[in-house]
Amino acid sequence: MSDPQQTDSTDPASPLVLVVDDVAHGREIFAEYLEFRGFRVATAADGLEALDKAFELLPDIILMDLSLPQLDGWEATKRLKGDDRTRTIPIIALTAHALASAHDKAMAAGCDSVVTKPCIPRDLEAEVRRQLAARSERS
Amino acid sequence: MDSLLAEQEVRPCAVLTLRWLARHAGIERGLCAVVENESARLVGLTGLGLSLSSVDAFSLELNDRMHPLVVALAASEPVSFPGAGPAGPSEPNAGQGMRQPLDTPLGAEPFVAVPLAGPGESGDIGPGLLLLAGMDAAVEEDVRWAAEVLGARLQSLWFKRSQVDERRYKREQSWLFGVINAVTDPILLTDSEGRILVANGSAEMLLTADDQKSEGRRRAVALNNMLFSASIFTSSSGGGPTRHELLLVDPTEGQDLLFEVMSTPVKIRVGETGTVSVLRNVTDLRRATDEIEENYRRLRIAEAETRAERDRLDLILNSALDPILVTDPSGNIVLMNPPAERMFTVDQDGKSAEAERRVRANDAVFTSFMSGLYASQSLRWRGELSLIDPKTGATVPVEAISGKVLSKHGEDTAVVTILHDLTEAVEKQHLYEQVKRHSEELREKVREATAELAEQNELLRRQAFQLEQASAAKSQFLANVSHELRTPLNAIIGYTHLLLEGVSGELNRPQTEKLGRMESNARHLLSIINDLLDLARIESGKMPVQLERVVLQELIDEVMTEVEPLIDGTKLSVTRNISPEVPEIHTDRQKVKQIVLNLLSNALKFTPHGSVSIRLDYEPGKEWISVAVADTGIGISEDNQKTIFEAFQQADSSYARRTGGTGLGLTICRRLASILDGQITLVSKLGEGSTFTLVLPRQSRAS
Repeated sequence: MSDPQQTDSTDPASPLVLVVDDVAHGREIFAEYLEFRGFRVATAADGLEALDKAFELLPDIILMDLSLPQLDGWEATKRLKGDDRTRTIPIIALTAHALASAHDKAMAAGCDSVVTKPCIPRDLEAEVRRQLAARSERS
Repeated sequence: MDSLLAEQEVRPCAVLTLRWLARHAGIERGLCAVVENESARLVGLTGLGLSLSSVDAFSLELNDRMHPLVVALAASEPVSFPGAGPAGPSEPNAGQGMRQPLDTPLGAEPFVAVPLAGPGESGDIGPGLLLLAGMDAAVEEDVRWAAEVLGARLQSLWFKRSQVDERRYKREQSWLFGVINAVTDPILLTDSEGRILVANGSAEMLLTADDQKSEGRRRAVALNNMLFSASIFTSSSGGGPTRHELLLVDPTEGQDLLFEVMSTPVKIRVGETGTVSVLRNVTDLRRATDEIEENYRRLRIAEAETRAERDRLDLILNSALDPILVTDPSGNIVLMNPPAERMFTVDQDGKSAEAERRVRANDAVFTSFMSGLYASQSLRWRGELSLIDPKTGATVPVEAISGKVLSKHGEDTAVVTILHDLTEAVEKQHLYEQVKRHSEELREKVREATAELAEQNELLRRQAFQLEQASAAKSQFLANVSHELRTPLNAIIGYTHLLLEGVSGELNRPQTEKLGRMESNARHLLSIINDLLDLARIESGKMPVQLERVVLQELIDEVMTEVEPLIDGTKLSVTRNISPEVPEIHTDRQKVKQIVLNLLSNALKFTPHGSVSIRLDYEPGKEWISVAVADTGIGISEDNQKTIFEAFQQADSSYARRTGGTGLGLTICRRLASILDGQITLVSKLGEGSTFTLVLPRQSRAS
């Protein structure tokens, strides 16, 4: 509660995180934790929804699960990174695939970093903040 | 002195004169020397009181005009010579400057040289000289008179004789030339220089040619001269006659002529030896001899060839195992080899009435076969005969093949027949059938075995393929399991964390404690899943290896930093021991780090007190580098040392639970070391501690 980084999740100035995961509890855990930590959060359950939400809301950062119905995370990432509106949004791949090949594929698709599930929500928050800081440095 | 006039010969005249001087003039010793015109010398003729040989040896060149005796010969008065004795010269005007005694048979004695007076003009030398020793000066007139008489007599005798001699000499010379010219063999006399002195007609033909003769002939003659001279010089080594061969050229015909040269040395004048050579033409003789030798040699060769041919034929005939017979045109057997003899003759040892009957029977069979050949008019004839072995009486089936041998004119000269024993052939056929049958059986068995083997191979191949597929399936399965396990585990860890962080409100102490245990077990489960995934990847050969230059000192520093939180919780003494100048190695950095981290974590976990050390060793020049992690911990029993590297084998499972190990760490370490061409060894004693050593090659070949 005394965390200095914590902000009000209702504050429109707080960063907007789009959490994409086809598994409901996966979305819930990270969404709930990040809101608790002061982020604004939007969610999507498949690749197409993720694209819709991303173009509609233009979030500050996207947590992208890779194994998704409709359109998988790799493909969705490629499209987002190939579109001028969303090109600069950092995308963190969030996957239960532990093999290096899956990671390499994610980086090749355009992800900015890869986090393996299971992951401690606090560690994920740290990575989100690191990517946001890196983005603001770039712009 | 009257008798002197009666004497017709020179020498007796001189002897009579010297004797007269001895009687009337008291001469003790004396020498009469006369002029020899041909050689222009003064030579000893006879002596008084002197040895014969010393008289013969006396000889003086008349050309030596300064010689005192030559001077004395030309003088008109007697000349005294003082000799070499102690007595002084009686005539100081004579023999001036003489220091040495003159070389005369009279030696060192003083003597008087009295010239023999000739009737010729003054100034001309006389016919000779008297050297007289022991002469009384009072009788000098007598001596002069005797010398005059003797000189006149000698002159007259020589004149008379020279006329007679000239005639006789010419006559004899013509006889001699007639004789040697009549000899057809070339004859020559040559002087010591090889110059031709005398040659007969045949020799001249070979060795002389005047300018009118043809160029070829002159050249042939020059060549012959050269060859002949050379042959004389080489052959005239000894004193006696020699014989040698000489090849010359016929100057008219140009053919080679071979001569046998007989050379005899002859005295041609004082101090000079010439050579008489008689050349016998042996050209034809040599040719005939050569021909005879050649014919003889050819005969010998032909004889040897015939014998060799005969031997070879005998050898062939005798070594043939089949009976061979040669018959003349009338059908009589003229030649048999030993196998044929066994069938057609009675062996002396096995002579019996029965054997003789069998031989006759064989003869009859053979004769009837041969009559078939003669009746047929063909050159070859074949038939199968049934003979009887004369010894055993056994029937011998044979195949007979006959061939006529024709002469050049097409007449029959002989018939050669070869009998081939068919008994053996029949047996052979039988044997062959047997071998063939066995071989067929064997081939069938081999074929069956091969088919079986192929089937098994196919089975093995299929099994290998299935195993490979199973292995791939297992890897995929493990990857899937990992993914499927991680998703719910993510929920467990995530929700636990949310609760612990107070997302859902404040918790009391027991709730926090229990959620804490839940979280640590969830993390343990996660590390087990991670290790299992590693192991699965290693075993399926899908663990990627990235080789790079690695500085082990730096890597150990990193590992030490990472385990610092672990060390902080203990009171262990942790030391680093790095040997200097450890070279860089070529290996997979991440994997080496994983191994070292694992070994060091284990050491820290399993050492309650004491020390932990890490040592980096390198022996210069070697290809290996070792990293040893030693502790003074609980140690590992010998039994457990054998299984410690197998999966889920922990020496003390209760300890493991407390320390949070998965039981897969060492298994993974050993496999990783193996992937990098290295190995991990263990030395340990229960209760005293363990040393794990990672040995790595400087250059890993892993790909």
